[in-house]
Amino acid sequence: MTNAASEFLRSAAAKSGDLRHRQILRTSVDTYNTAVARGKTRFVDWEAARRRAQAIKWEAVNHLDNYLLQFEARVKERDGHVFWAENGEQARKYILDLATARGVRTIVKSKSMVAEEIHLTTALEQLGIRVWETDLGEFIVQLRNEPPYHIVTPAMHLTRSDIAQLFKEKLGGVNTDDPEKLVAAARAALRRAFFSAEMGISGVNFLVADAGMIAITTNEGNGRLGSSLPKIHVALTGIEKVVPRLEDLAVLWPMLATAGTGQAVTCYNTLVGGPRGKDEVDGPEEFHVVLLDNGRSELLADVEQRDVLHCIRCGACLNVCPVYRSVGGHAYGTTYQGPIGSVLTPHLRGLHDFQHLSYASSLCGACTGVCPVRIDLHHHLLHNRRNAVKAGERAWGERFGFRAFRWTMLHPTWFAALGWAGRLALRTVNALGLGGTKLDPLRPWTKERAAPAIPARSFRSLWKERCGTN
Amino acid sequence: MPKVALFIPCFVDQLNPEIGLDMAKVLVRAGYEAEFTRGQTCCGQPAFNTGYWNDAKPLAERFVKVFRSAETVVCPSGSCTTMVRNFYPVLLAKSHLRDEAVKLGQRVFEFSEFLVKVAGRTDLGASFPHRVAYHDACHALRELGLKQEPRELLRHVQGLELVEMPYSDDCCGFGGTFATKFGMISAAMGNAKAGNAENVRAEFLTSTDPSCLMHIEGILRRRNSPVRTIHLARILAHQCGPEGAAAPESAPGKKS
Repeated sequence: MTNAASEFLRSAAAKSGDLRHRQILRTSVDTYNTAVARGKTRFVDWEAARRRAQAIKWEAVNHLDNYLLQFEARVKERDGHVFWAENGEQARKYILDLATARGVRTIVKSKSMVAEEIHLTTALEQLGIRVWETDLGEFIVQLRNEPPYHIVTPAMHLTRSDIAQLFKEKLGGVNTDDPEKLVAAARAALRRAFFSAEMGISGVNFLVADAGMIAITTNEGNGRLGSSLPKIHVALTGIEKVVPRLEDLAVLWPMLATAGTGQAVTCYNTLVGGPRGKDEVDGPEEFHVVLLDNGRSELLADVEQRDVLHCIRCGACLNVCPVYRSVGGHAYGTTYQGPIGSVLTPHLRGLHDFQHLSYASSLCGACTGVCPVRIDLHHHLLHNRRNAVKAGERAWGERFGFRAFRWTMLHPTWFAALGWAGRLALRTVNALGLGGTKLDPLRPWTKERAAPAIPARSFRSLWKERCGTN
Repeated sequence: MPKVALFIPCFVDQLNPEIGLDMAKVLVRAGYEAEFTRGQTCCGQPAFNTGYWNDAKPLAERFVKVFRSAETVVCPSGSCTTMVRNFYPVLLAKSHLRDEAVKLGQRVFEFSEFLVKVAGRTDLGASFPHRVAYHDACHALRELGLKQEPRELLRHVQGLELVEMPYSDDCCGFGGTFATKFGMISAAMGNAKAGNAENVRAEFLTSTDPSCLMHIEGILRRRNSPVRTIHLARILAHQCGPEGAAAPESAPGKKS
C-alpha cells in the first residue's frame, strides 16, 4: 500500500468515528440542501438547464484547441499576456519570475483551486512575499495553516466558536463570536492588504472564448478588488475552464451559483478582458493569464473520461457524497476532494498513488445525480478501478481471489459445494461463540457489524426439495 | 400461467434463501409460474465493481446463456438487476453476445418493478401489522429509477404503517467490497442510516436489496437497536390469519 493510501485509511478511520465532525458537516449540508432546493425553483426546468450546461461544456471541451486560441488572441489584442504552462512547475516559475521582476512584496489572492494544485502560495512565501488569502473561508484556513477543506466552502469543518477562538489567537484584539464582528475583523485586516498589494492573483470560473475575458465569481467582492486595485493581475486557471460564448454565462453563472451554494446568482460576477485601457480610470497596469495543462490534455485524450473536464468546481458532488460527509475534506490528501477529486486525482497525480480513492466509494451515484454538467462521476470510479487492475496496481491476494471467484462461479456444482462447506464452517464458528471475534473468517465484515445468522440450507437445495428439479 | 424465471443472486442463494422462496411465493400469488434454473451462479458484479472486468466477463456471458430462453426474469435485488441491464452492455461491448445481453437486460426486472410495472399489481393480499420505513437502495433508485414502486406495494399491505425516514435516499454504506475495504466509513454510513430509522420509530426497515439489508441488520444488532430489517419480498409474502405464515424469525426487539 502506498503512503497516500495508508494515510487516507488512517485519517478516514479517525474522522468516521468523530461524531462532532460529522454533525458539523451534517448541519452545514442541511443548510446547503435547503438553499439549493429553493434556488432550483428559480429555474423553469433544472434538468433542461443541466442538459444545456452539459452541451456547452461538451462543445468547449471537444473543441478546446480552437476556443483557447480564440481566447488568447482576444486577450493579446487588449495587451494582456497569456502564458501556456504544461505543468505546475512552469506555471509557478512564470508567476514567481514576474513577481521577482516587478519587486512584488505583497500579494492579495482570491480563491483558486489551481493555485492549491500547484502549491503556488508556498512557493511565493519562500521568496519572502506575503500572500493574503482574501476569500473569507480561505483566510480562515490560511490562519490555521490548513489546506481548504472543500473546493467551495474551505472552512466548512469549523463552527462559529472555532473561528472566534482562531481570530482571538491570531488577530490581536478580536474577542467576539458575533458573526458580523468576526467578518468585520477579517475585512479590516484584508483592506490594508488590498491597498498595499502590488499583485493580485485570482482563479477563473470561466474563460470566455469569443469575448476574450475571464469570468470571476465571488460572494465577497474580493475577486473584483484583487483584480482591479493592484498594479498587476495574474489569473491562474486550468485549460478546461473555457466556454465558447459570452451568452453561455447566462446559463452557467446561475447554475454554478445554485449548485454551489443555492444562490440564484453569486453576489459579484466580474469579467476581465485585459489591463486598464487608455481611456479607463481603473484596472491593473498588467494582466496575465496562466493557462495550466498539468495532465488535462491526457484526460482530454481519454474518450471514456473526457467529460471530467466539464467540471465547473461547484462542489455539489462533495456535499451529497456520504463518504465525504463521513471522512471530511482533509482525509483525501488531495487538492480536489470528494467524488470529483477521487475521479480526477489519479489522472493529475498518478494512478499508482491515488487509485485507492476510486475504491473508497460505495458507488451510490448520488454525485452523478446532482452534477450540474452531468459528469458520469460514479461510473468513472469504475473506470479508474478497471484501469488500476489493468495496470497491475492491485494486491496479488485480491487478483488471486477474483480468479478463484471466477472459476467457482463458472462451475455451479462447485459453487453449491463450496457454499455448503462455507456455511457449515461459519455455523460451526458461530456455534462455538467465535462469531465476530478475531478467529472469525468473516472478521473483515464482523469487525463493524454483528455476525449474520447463517442458514443451514441454500435456496437451490430448498427449491429442489419443494419444487422438484427444474 | 405465464412463466417467470427466478434470478436468485449468489448471496441470496447461500445466505438468504427465504427471500428467494418468498419472492417465488408472491409471484405465484400474482398468477405466475416461477422457474429456477440451477445453472445460475453469480452475475459477476463483485468482480466488475472491483475492476476485474476480465474475470466478470465470462460470468456475464455465462449468465446470458443460462437465461437465454427465459421470457421474463425477476430478481429480488435492484443491484444485480442493474448489473445485467445497465452494465452488461458496457462489459460485453466487444463480446459476440453483446446484442443478446442488451435484449436480455430489457427482460430482467427487479421484483417490485416487475410487480408494479409489468404485472400491474400493487395489492398482493399481504398483511404485516408493523411500522415500516423504506430505504432507497442506490442501484434501484438511481440506476433503475425505482422510487414509488416499492412504496406503492407497501402502502397496499394490510396493517402496515409506512413511515418516511429522513435521508431515505442516502446510501447505507454497503457498497460491495467497500464494506470490508473501508469498514469504518461503511459503518459510519450504516450508523447514520440506523439512526434515521430509529428516529422515526420504525419497527422494520425494508428495501429492495438484500445486501444493503444484511449490512444494516449487522449495524443495527451491533448497536443493540430495536429496529430489524426485512426484505420487501418477505413482507409481501406475509399473511396474517389462519392461512398466514409465521411471523418472521427476526421479530422486533430480539437482540443477538
